[in-house]
Parts: sequence; structure tokens; C-alpha cells
Amino acid sequence: MTRSSRATESGLPHDLSFEATIAAIEKRIEEAASDEDRAAAQAELERESRRVFSKLTPWQHVELARHAQRPRMLDYTSRLLDDFVELHGDRALGDDPALVGGIGRFRGRSLVVVGQQKGVSTDEKVKRNFGMPHPEGYRKALRLFELAERLGLPVVTLVDTPAAHPGLDAEQHGQGPAIARNLWALTRLHTPVFTAILGEGGSGGALGIAVGDWVAMFEHAIYVICPPERCAEILWRDPAKKELAASALRVTAAELLELGVIDAVLPEPGGGAHRNPDAAADVLAEELDRFLAGVDEGRWTLEARQQKFRRMGRWEDAG
Amino acid sequence: MAFLKRRRFISVIGRKSAVPPGVWMKCAGCNQPVIRTEVGANQWVCPRCNYHLRITARRRIQYLVDPDSFQETHGTIVSADPLGFSVDEVNYSYRERVKKAKEKTGLNEAMITGFGRIESTRTVLALMDFSFRGGSMGSAVGEKFCRAVDDAVRERLPVVLFAASGGARMEEGLLSLVQMAKTADAVRRINEARLPYIAVLTDPTTGGVYASFASLADIILAEPGAHIGFAGPRLIESALKVELPEGFQSAEYQFRNGFVDRIVNRTELRPLLGKLLRYLSTP
Repeated sequence: MTRSSRATESGLPHDLSFEATIAAIEKRIEEAASDEDRAAAQAELERESRRVFSKLTPWQHVELARHAQRPRMLDYTSRLLDDFVELHGDRALGDDPALVGGIGRFRGRSLVVVGQQKGVSTDEKVKRNFGMPHPEGYRKALRLFELAERLGLPVVTLVDTPAAHPGLDAEQHGQGPAIARNLWALTRLHTPVFTAILGEGGSGGALGIAVGDWVAMFEHAIYVICPPERCAEILWRDPAKKELAASALRVTAAELLELGVIDAVLPEPGGGAHRNPDAAADVLAEELDRFLAGVDEGRWTLEARQQKFRRMGRWEDAG
Repeated sequence: MAFLKRRRFISVIGRKSAVPPGVWMKCAGCNQPVIRTEVGANQWVCPRCNYHLRITARRRIQYLVDPDSFQETHGTIVSADPLGFSVDEVNYSYRERVKKAKEKTGLNEAMITGFGRIESTRTVLALMDFSFRGGSMGSAVGEKFCRAVDDAVRERLPVVLFAASGGARMEEGLLSLVQMAKTADAVRRINEARLPYIAVLTDPTTGGVYASFASLADIILAEPGAHIGFAGPRLIESALKVELPEGFQSAEYQFRNGFVDRIVNRTELRPLLGKLLRYLSTP
């Protein structure tokens, strides 16, 4: 329905329908005969991107967050980090390729980096279970969080997952308790934790690595209690009402900032992060740099993270 | 599928109002007719087959706490509608649903908190009630649990949780999700105060409640046959296109896999909790 078949024209397969006019201008830039034409088309592209993206519906945000071309965790780490040494295994049951972790170097310092990798090619997606971690993945993350604390390294978590894996083996190995243990561990982890929601922040599967001092979220990412399709199915027995659910659930970064559950919105380059991953990675790098500068200036305390989460929620006192 | 069949029966006899006020009722576990008053006198456990019916938080208190020792706390904390979750197209209003839940259950929220004595040991209690919006956790439930924990830390009392929940409350969106972190942080405070925390997982304990404070207790007990797990069985079936094995995500399954300390019959919970609280409070 929303997928158009513009693959051959724009070079970007799976363009979303509302991206069609942007893709057409991009094609003109590519084929421009003169620098003048190119500059004119470039200006038009910026205008058109702004026009289209200024009135995105919540459901279109969902589509963008899941965009086939959206940069993945490893697209960010390769740009953000000078080096990354991946580490494997939860030291108990196995290694989970959906959840990547290791030691990264960022502007002359070491970090522990953990995140979900959805995969790009079909083979990689299957290998990485579409970025849906098993308990082994959450336990690998926990092991790396603890390593970071022992060695005094800041933690960076990069969130991009539809959900924690729903499956027989995941249940047998304690998916719920594994996520719970991470939440608990992050509320007491005595080292700075920076979190970025890159694309999809899917429920407990996302939160299991997202209890950060500073939670930044890309402008067109989503962060949900439950996928809108499933929300519509549960509440109204009709997954087709997903667009209504996407609006009602308040899934966008701007809305979540207002609700006080994230700390910052990271602006994306015109047309979305997938049209310029380098620029998106630069935005993330600057945000991380600002966070680490604050840490260096002594502005980090564990208590602030604990109090931030303690305050979250909105209720009424009828007394 | 056995699991779904079982659930259907529960919806028939689990809700009191749906049961005709007869002398006999049909047990969902053994499908046999049983005398209603006998089941009731046995804390709503089938005397024939030990099937544990779902019960309300108020009944729990009655079965568990020393007479007249329960003092409810934070009862005025109620759900707001922080997202303005009303969808005219499908005629759905969260505010309306909460109002109806209050009328139906006589409760203000899906969790009751308070102080009470269990076999003489003063305890902070948090009891969830599945009949209030499926025991779902929104901002109010999260806040109540946190305040109950604050009470326990301040007065140096143990915490006992009775979990019964379908998971996080959808209509408060991400505010519900972050209650998982908030309640996990509350458990941290119990731990750092070196106070005991015991959770009893009852039917059902799933989703965001299971993946946060309910599975973080020092001691985890479960009622026989309780459904306990993270992902819903229907979701797993549709995602994996498999039929789930008999007894999947039952209390017994979780016990076998090492996630539950003991499976305890409802009628034996009070003496066991009383003993554990005594042993852990006066080492």
C-alpha cells in the first residue's frame, strides 16, 4: 500500500509513497546537465523535503523508523567510532547476533557500546533475527555493562529493535527475568550511560538497554509500548486500525520529549537519516560528545539517573 | 489448544457475575460439578482437582493478613489519561474504560498497597487485581508500588508482592513502559536497604510486570497452574507458526526452568509466607 516501486528510479529500493516527490528530485540532481541545474534542484529538494517531512503523520513516522534503508546500528558505529572490537557471548548459554556489544574508541577515549542490529541483507537479517534479542543478548549486554562499571568506561547503548524475541527458547531461557535484571542493573550501574533510539524502540526489548542518564532519540525514530498493529489488534481486534493506534500511542520523538520519557530529539538530515547516514551519524556524534563533556566536567551522578526514572509517569491524586 | 481452552473457561467462571447464583458450579480444571460454597470455603481452589481460580486483591488480603491488621495506603493514586487516549473512530476512550473498571471492581486501580501483618510479621503489601483492566501497569500502578517500597524502606519492613497482570497498560503508551524501569529501581531500593522482598506470581503474570519488579524478588513463589511468561502465547504462535507444548509458561514450567523457587497451594501460602518473613526478618 505505502510501498512504491520506485527502486529503479531513485536507486533506493522500498521508497515509501510519501517520499516519491523527493526521490524524483534526487533523480533530477543525479542527471543534472549543469551545475546551475543541480543547484536549483538541490534547493528544490530541500524545500520539498521540508514540506513533506513537516506534516508526517504518526504512522508515517512508524514507516520511516522501519525504513528498509534506514541506517542500522553498525552503520552508526562504523561512522561514530575510530575503532570497534566486538565481544561475544553471555558466558552462560551462547552468543546473540541480534545484540552487538564491544569496546569502541570515540575521539580518543574508550567506551562500551551495546545495541541491536537488525541487519541489512536478507541473510544478515535472518542471522540477526531482525534485531530481536534473546535472553542471551540481554545477558551479554549485562556482562558488558558490568565490565564498563569495573573499568570506569562510559556505556553507549544504541536501540533499534521491533521487540525482544517472542519464542519458545527465549521463554525457556527467561526473557522476562533477563530484561528485568538489566533494568535493575542499569538503575545502579555506577558509570555514565548514554542511550540513542536510532530507529525502532520496541517495548521491553528496547528498554532492556535503554535506562540511560541521557536518552536521545532521532527525529523520525519511534519508541512504543507495543507495535501499533498489535495495539489495534488487542484493543479493537483489527490490526488494520494501526494508523489510529499510532496516533493515539504517541510514538514520535517530539511527543515523547513532551511526556518526559526521553531527554533530547536528534534532528535528522533532510528527507530522513537514510538519505544521508553520514550527516545523521554526525548529529549523534555531537550529542554523545556533549554528554561526555558534561561527564568530564563532573556533571554526572548516578542519583540523577535514578531520580529521573523515579519521577516518570503521570497520575492523579484523588485524595 | 489446551491453554486457550482453559482461558475461555476462566472467563466464564472466573468472573463472579457470570456465574448463575446456583449451588453448583463447573470447575474449569476438572470440568466436574462442584459445590460453590465448598470452593469458596477452600479459598476458591477446586477441592477435587486443586484448580486455582483467579481471585480479587481484596480476597487475598482476607486470606493472607491477620484479622483487622490491613491498612491501605496510597489509595487515592489513580490513573490519569496522560496521552488523551480516546479514538472516536472506534468509539474508544481510556478515561471511560477506567471509569467502568472502577465501577465494576470497586477498586481505584489495578494494585492495592498497604501495611499488614502476616502471621504477626508487619509487612508492606502490594497486591495486583486482574479484574481491573487485566491488572495492567500504568503510571498509577508504578507509582503505588514505588511509594509502598518507600514505606517499607522508611519503616524497615519486608515487601510482599502478589502479581496478577497481563502486562503494561497500553493506553498510557511509553509512560507505562518506563514504569518497568521505575519499579525495577524501587526493587533496587529494597535491596540496598537489605530488606527481604517476596513475590507470589499468580494467574496470570506476564509482559511488562513479569519483565520488571515481579521477577526481581529475592524469593519467587507461584500458585499452581498460574500462567507466567514474557510474550503472549498467541503472539508466539503467530510469530513462529508453531503449536505450543502443553503446559508452556505454566508455573510448573517456570519452576522446571529455574525461575520459580516454589509452587505453593493458595491455602498454604499464609503459613509459608509467615515462616519466611519470620526467618528473613530475624536472622
